[in-house]
Amino acid sequence: MTETAVAESPNDTAQGVRRRDFIYVAATGAAGVGAASVLVPLISQMAPSADVLAESSTEIDIGSIQPGQAIKAVFHKQPVFVRRLTPVEIAEAKKVDVASLRDPQSLEDRTKKGKEEWLITMGVCTHLGCVPLGAGEGEVKGEFGGYFCPCHGSTYDTAARIRKGPAPKNLEVPPYEFTSDTVVKIG
Amino acid sequence: MSFPWANEYKPSHPAMVWLDEKLPLPRFVYNAIGAGYPVPRNLNYMYNFGVLAGFCLVIQIVTGVVLAMHYAANTGVAFNSTEHIMRDVNWGWMLRYGHANGASAFFVVVYFHIFRGFFYGSYKAPREMIWLLGVAIFLLMMATAFMGYVLPWGQMSYWGAKVITGLFGAIPLVGEPIQTWLLGGFAPDQAALNRFFSLHFLLPFVILGVVILHIWALHIPGSTNPTGVEVKQESDTVPFHPYYTAKDGFGLGVFLIFYCALLFFAPNALGHPDNYIPANPMQTPAHIVPEWYFWPFYAILRAFTQNFLFFPAKLMGVLAMFSSILVWFLLPWLDKSPVRSGHFRPTFRKFFWLLVIDVAVLGYCGGSPAEEPYVIISQIAAFYYFAHFFIILPLVSMTEKPLPLPFSITEAVLGADEAATLAAPVAPAE
Repeated sequence: MTETAVAESPNDTAQGVRRRDFIYVAATGAAGVGAASVLVPLISQMAPSADVLAESSTEIDIGSIQPGQAIKAVFHKQPVFVRRLTPVEIAEAKKVDVASLRDPQSLEDRTKKGKEEWLITMGVCTHLGCVPLGAGEGEVKGEFGGYFCPCHGSTYDTAARIRKGPAPKNLEVPPYEFTSDTVVKIG
Repeated sequence: MSFPWANEYKPSHPAMVWLDEKLPLPRFVYNAIGAGYPVPRNLNYMYNFGVLAGFCLVIQIVTGVVLAMHYAANTGVAFNSTEHIMRDVNWGWMLRYGHANGASAFFVVVYFHIFRGFFYGSYKAPREMIWLLGVAIFLLMMATAFMGYVLPWGQMSYWGAKVITGLFGAIPLVGEPIQTWLLGGFAPDQAALNRFFSLHFLLPFVILGVVILHIWALHIPGSTNPTGVEVKQESDTVPFHPYYTAKDGFGLGVFLIFYCALLFFAPNALGHPDNYIPANPMQTPAHIVPEWYFWPFYAILRAFTQNFLFFPAKLMGVLAMFSSILVWFLLPWLDKSPVRSGHFRPTFRKFFWLLVIDVAVLGYCGGSPAEEPYVIISQIAAFYYFAHFFIILPLVSMTEKPLPLPFSITEAVLGADEAATLAAPVAPAE
C-alpha cells in the first residue's frame, strides 16, 4: 500500500529517495568540496617558496682550516659550524660511553667515513634555536670542550653531542658530501 | 536584552526621527552605551578597565595604521625604516613610542580587567560566553603583540621570532614541518617578516570584531557588580549615560596621565636595548627575553628542565605555557561556588591574592636569566599556578562557607530597610 503511494509520487523513486534530497546533497557536497579545495593554495603559499628552496645548498672551501679551528658558514639562512678536530678532541669524543648519552651517537655516526676530523653541524642549539659559542676565535667552548649555548646553558662535547643543560638533542648534522679534498657541499 | 525599566530612545528632531526609521543606529548606540542601558549603581573603579582596554585598542589601530604608511616590511630595510620613522618622519617618534608603549598599556589594563573578573567571579553563569570571548581576545592580543615586536627587525625581534616559532618545533613528528611552514623558510627571513606584517595589520580588526561580540554578550545579562548579587529592581541600576560615561571618563583621564608619563618621559623603560641592534642571524643576544607582558608565561615555558614520562622537557614547557592560558577557558566550570564576589568568599579571597603574588613571581623569573635560583622558583610558582586552578579553586568552592549576601544592590549601597534612616523614624532632635 505505502509502496504504491511512494511510486506514484512524482518526486520519489522506487527506493524511497526523493530527487530533491539527491540534488540537495549533491549540490552542497559539490560546493563544499569546491570551497575546501581553495584551502590548498591558501595553505600551500605559506610553505617555503621556490627561491628559498633554491638557496638550500652551499659549497664551502675548507682548505685553510687548521686542526682545532672552526668556521661559521650559512646554510638554510642559519649558521653551520665546520670544525677540524684535533687528535686529542677525537680521542676525547671516542672515550665516552655512547649508551650513557642523552642522544646516543658515536663520533663515527656524526662524521663521514675516513673524514673523522671534520665535524660539520648546524650552529643552532636544539633547545630554542640560539647560536652556541665555541666556533669563533676565542669563544668559550664549555666544560666538554665543544660548544656552549649562552641562552640556557646547554653544553656540547667535541662531537657536538648534548652533555648538559636543557637541549634534548645533539647539534644537527646537515646532509653534506665532500666534492673534493678541500670543498664540502652542504645540502 | 535590557531591563524593562530601561529608558526608551525618543528622537525629537525630525531628521533623527527619519534616520531612526531607516537605520536605527542612534537607537543602537543609545541602548548600548547611552541612557538606555541600565547598569548596576555600585560599580567601582575596577570596572573601568574594559573601557580603557577598548580605548587602548583604538590607540593601537590609529597609531598602527599611520606607522604602516612609513614602514617597509623588507628584511633589508625594515630596521632602517623604523629608524626613519624615529628620526625623519614628522612626529614619527611620538607615533612609534605611542604604539610600542600603547601595547604595554593595553596589557596593563587587560591584566587588571582579567583579575577583576577573577575576583568578582565575572566568569560565572550566566556570563560564561563573555568570559570565553574575553580569553579569545587575550590570545589574539598575544599573537598580535608578538608579531608586532618582530617588525622592527632588531636582535630581539629576530631571536624572539626564532624562539617562539621554535616552540612549534617541539610538537612530535609534525613540529619541524609546521615551523618551516609558519616561517616560509628554515629561519625567520623575508617571508616570515612579510606575513607577520600582514597578520599584524589584520588581527587588530579581528580583535575589534570579537570585542563587539564580547560587549554584545555582556549586554544580555548586564554587568556583574562588586556584591555579585544580580540586579533585582530599578533602584539597583543607573543609566550608563551620564553616570558611567562620566566615571569612565574620569578613569580615562587618570589612565592618560600614566600613559603620557611613560610615553614622554620613559619611552624605552619597558623595551630592550638589544632591539636597537639590527637582526643578525649569526649571533644570539646573551639573554633573550620577550616583552614584560609575556614574562609569566615565558617563566612557565622554561620551568620544565627534565623529561617527564614520554614527553621531552621542551614539549612539556610548550604544553604548559599554552595550558596556562587555556585553563581560563575552563574557569566557569572549575569554580562551582554559587557566590560570585570575592568580598563574600573569605577563603577564596586569600587564594586570589596568593595567585596575584604567584603570577608576579612568575613574571619576575620570566624576565630573569635562566639560572638558579630563578629556575627552581619558576618551577614552584608554575606548579602553584596550575594547582590554584585545578585543585584549590574546586576544593575551595566545595568547602568554603561564604558570608551572608545582601538582599539587593540597593540594600548593599543604602543599608537594609530597618537600618535605613528614611524608614526608621528617630526621636526629634532636641
